[in-house]
Amino acid sequence: MTEGVRKGTARPVAPPAASARPVQSARSGWPGWPGWSIKVEKRLEISPFWRAMAPVASIVMALVFGGVFLQLTGYDPFEVYSLMFKGAFGSRYGLIETVVKATPILLATIGVSVAFRMLLWNIGAEGQIYMGAFAASWVALSFPDWPPLMLIPAMSIAGAVAGGLWALLPALPRAIWGVNEIITTLMLNYVAIYWVDYLVYGPWKDPKGFNFPLTPQFSQAAWLPCLGTTRIHLGLTFGLAAAVAVSIMLSRTRWGYEIRVIGENPAAARYAGMNIPRNIVLVMLLSGAIAGIAGMGEVAGITHRLQHGISPGYGYTAIIVAWLAKLNPAGIVIASFLFGGLLVAGYAVQIFGIPADIATMLQGSLLFFVLGGEALARYRVRIVRTGKERGAAASAAQG
Amino acid sequence: MDQTVMGFVTSVLSAAVAAGTPILYAALGEVLTERSGVLNLSLEGTMLVGAVSGFLVTVRTGSLAAGVAAAAVAGGLIAALHAFLTVTLKVNQVVSGLSLTLFGTGVSGYLGKPVIGVPTPVSFKAVAVAGLARIPVLGDMLFNQDLLVYASYVLVAALWFFFYRTRPGLHMQSVGESPETADALGINVFATRYAYTIIGGMLTGIGGAYLSLAYAPSWIEYMTAGRGWIAIALVIFAMWNPLRAMLGAYLFGGIDALGFRIQVLGAIIPSFFLKMMPYIFTIAVLIFATARSRNYRIGAPAALGVPYERE
Repeated sequence: MTEGVRKGTARPVAPPAASARPVQSARSGWPGWPGWSIKVEKRLEISPFWRAMAPVASIVMALVFGGVFLQLTGYDPFEVYSLMFKGAFGSRYGLIETVVKATPILLATIGVSVAFRMLLWNIGAEGQIYMGAFAASWVALSFPDWPPLMLIPAMSIAGAVAGGLWALLPALPRAIWGVNEIITTLMLNYVAIYWVDYLVYGPWKDPKGFNFPLTPQFSQAAWLPCLGTTRIHLGLTFGLAAAVAVSIMLSRTRWGYEIRVIGENPAAARYAGMNIPRNIVLVMLLSGAIAGIAGMGEVAGITHRLQHGISPGYGYTAIIVAWLAKLNPAGIVIASFLFGGLLVAGYAVQIFGIPADIATMLQGSLLFFVLGGEALARYRVRIVRTGKERGAAASAAQG
Repeated sequence: MDQTVMGFVTSVLSAAVAAGTPILYAALGEVLTERSGVLNLSLEGTMLVGAVSGFLVTVRTGSLAAGVAAAAVAGGLIAALHAFLTVTLKVNQVVSGLSLTLFGTGVSGYLGKPVIGVPTPVSFKAVAVAGLARIPVLGDMLFNQDLLVYASYVLVAALWFFFYRTRPGLHMQSVGESPETADALGINVFATRYAYTIIGGMLTGIGGAYLSLAYAPSWIEYMTAGRGWIAIALVIFAMWNPLRAMLGAYLFGGIDALGFRIQVLGAIIPSFFLKMMPYIFTIAVLIFATARSRNYRIGAPAALGVPYERE
């Protein structure tokens, strides 16, 4: 099932010989303790009630879990949560910042979700954002005299190309030799971040920047137009357009059909004559290009220069958002705004001395509660007495 | 040979072992986990949680033993979550590992905030092994290290013996290769996977504690800097063999240490490029190892990443 995992034909391990212990029955999905065990059974059908309740219950569980954590570390969870909520959604400023943070998350998530559809684990959106930001900055700094109608498209193309090429680096070894792309895409994140750091601490550093790690400001022609006086910029439109385009591509085109088939059943795809290596390369290029545009949006829309830490982990947040939304473009749009809000909420409580990492922690726990919740809806967990169960399972095994 | 050159070589080699040790612990943990058929990608987050809990407990109690124990428990807890999600609930192992990586990163940042810049009362110091440490170059490299490094030597030997010479070791491997067969033989597939995932997480946690209590020794946010991921790559490079994992870990440690030494010597190469080296090296090694294992048809446990469902 995980195509990302290399499955070589391993040398067979000699099974323990005849002296193996007698067969014991009634094993359940949990190493039980004397007398009792937890039994997990697959449901034949997921009841509509649980299908609807699972995500809600999961989010509540994640909040409760985070609350216990806050309580144990000496904070009042209700107070922290209400501060977080107010910070992200309780004021005009908070709402605007939520949209601002949601913009790169949305683009990066659309990018990774295309790859995930094919079970291609592009964990490298973070690096692709940095390379997109780098290339767009190069265009902006090299051609400051171009008019906006030339400069902004050129920057967008540069960002997309750089992000795409950065994703191509791990895509090629994956397509040719089956090299695990989870690790290679992730390693390239560090390389991309150090590359941008090299530039902003070195050759591209603004001589008038008081030694801060940032480049000179771009010319006004390179600034993305904003909505009114807010910081919400044109990048949001790019994100929404990408969501619509990817949605149509996946559901209406031949290529989208191939991507879905390869993701769901690689053996069938191969049998149908689909070229899997070629699709790996193309999908990674597209995935990286969309993430690259997210990087372009950050430098052209927000900072108006390249600087250290241009993305505080949007590429990693994207992975969570993609799975929470079940890779569905419409769901991704909604989840991106929620996670943008969560980030803003994290910054908001920082003022009160609570580490902003609470937001990252909640992101991670949200995903595993949602994963767990979905699985629990599929399975039924019962606590049973092993004594009685043993006989029943043994007779079931015979039958 | 020139005394200074000798000194440089010795210092790089000895730093290679120190820099390789956290990766080695994590890789050994992952070898155990993967051999039982579970792919745990949460090493990066687990190491961070191990590093921060080991550090916090050591600062509180002043005891290194308590710190290492806390790191092992914390690592085991994260791994237990992974086991519950993937073995019992059969959630996609890659997604579960990634979510726990992010969770671990967040938790470590959150818990570690108050102790940033706080010095530890105690840290692991090199203890020369009488006699052995006098061997030129190798003595300093291998036998003038701290206790956790010596413990890792014992662990490598113990795991090797366990895998290839004991019955439980064989049982574990059969669970990773063919859970159906193992189940038919009366081996509890679920319990085996739980046990080795948790033990693997404990070792990974100790690897994190090595960073915060011996290598640094301090708490710095995101201090693992990708070492958890490098450890996962190392497992593939080592072909799931603890001895090869040890060699590989010191190779990675060497690249890390060399970069740092060159920087100190005042290199012409900007430090950012030297910092990229371990990551680029990991990619190169992974491509090499994958292409090679394809030719020789040796690879991962056959059931790695596949949840077991009892019919």
